[in-house]
Amino acid sequence: MYKAVVIVKRRPTILDPEGKAVEQGARLLGFNNVSGTRIGKYIEFYVNSDDVEAVKKEIEEYAGKLLSNPIMEDFEYSFEKVEND
Amino acid sequence: MIKYGILVFPGSNCDHDAFYAVTKNMGNDAVFLWHKNTDLEDSDVIILPGGFSYGDYLRTGSIARFSPIMNSVIDFARKGGIVVGICNGFQILLEAGLLPGVMLKNESLKFICKDVYLKVENKNTIFTNSISKDVLKIPIAHAEGNYFTDEKTLNELIENNQIVFKYSSPQGEISEEFNPNGSLHNIAGLINKEGNVLGMMPHPERSCEPLLGNTDGSFIFESIQKSLTTVRG
Repeated sequence: MYKAVVIVKRRPTILDPEGKAVEQGARLLGFNNVSGTRIGKYIEFYVNSDDVEAVKKEIEEYAGKLLSNPIMEDFEYSFEKVEND
Repeated sequence: MIKYGILVFPGSNCDHDAFYAVTKNMGNDAVFLWHKNTDLEDSDVIILPGGFSYGDYLRTGSIARFSPIMNSVIDFARKGGIVVGICNGFQILLEAGLLPGVMLKNESLKFICKDVYLKVENKNTIFTNSISKDVLKIPIAHAEGNYFTDEKTLNELIENNQIVFKYSSPQGEISEEFNPNGSLHNIAGLINKEGNVLGMMPHPERSCEPLLGNTDGSFIFESIQKSLTTVRG
């Protein structure tokens, strides 16, 4: 079994009003060196397979079809083997 | 009599408004279609109503898009069936790929609920052929209505006259000042290339009842009625 982590990011060309609002908060707190705040999503899950290629395929399909929208988002992922329990 | 099929997802909250508008106000027949079913029950028109389907988790409409009923709706639309997505329904149609583009959060980050004015950009569609005015007043109620698409798709939308409604002044002037949510080119509603699928952020079903003081939404249902009765002869 593998544990996967998918990170979904808005494309750099897509406006991120949430990131902008959070950065306003950063200014209020005095973080004057902070810039370019952008909000993404962190998603973790298990894939019940021991075949690395099958695991990759499953993650990519899940991330590409449902977890991200290719029109506005990109995703990256990592995975590691974990013990079944 | 025209039969509307109104989809119901967990979290839909304009399904009963749509039902009331098409039956009580417009005199049509209607059924509710639960998202777990696949039978469209011989509906002539499918409405994807507003709300917060599946809590709008992940992205608006992203989970509803994979409901069993949506496979039937996609099939129905591909065969030329008339489909209307209102607000969250529009977002679901975008996620399903029946219409191009995505909805981003409103530029202001606020949920906006108010009447807006819409310039009717194309009156030669199934959904607009009976509109006698140039500008309609219809309410919006959304947090993610900031339409976005790439330049190539935008150009196609313009070339094919697919942009049906734009946010405007009461006189029909289109500018940033009258753009409530940051939507690209003030886009409020659009159709697919084939012209049988409409998505719009404003709520026509909320402006069909004379008692509420605004019936501009009824033009859209009248247009659908005219299109269907013309086809049937």
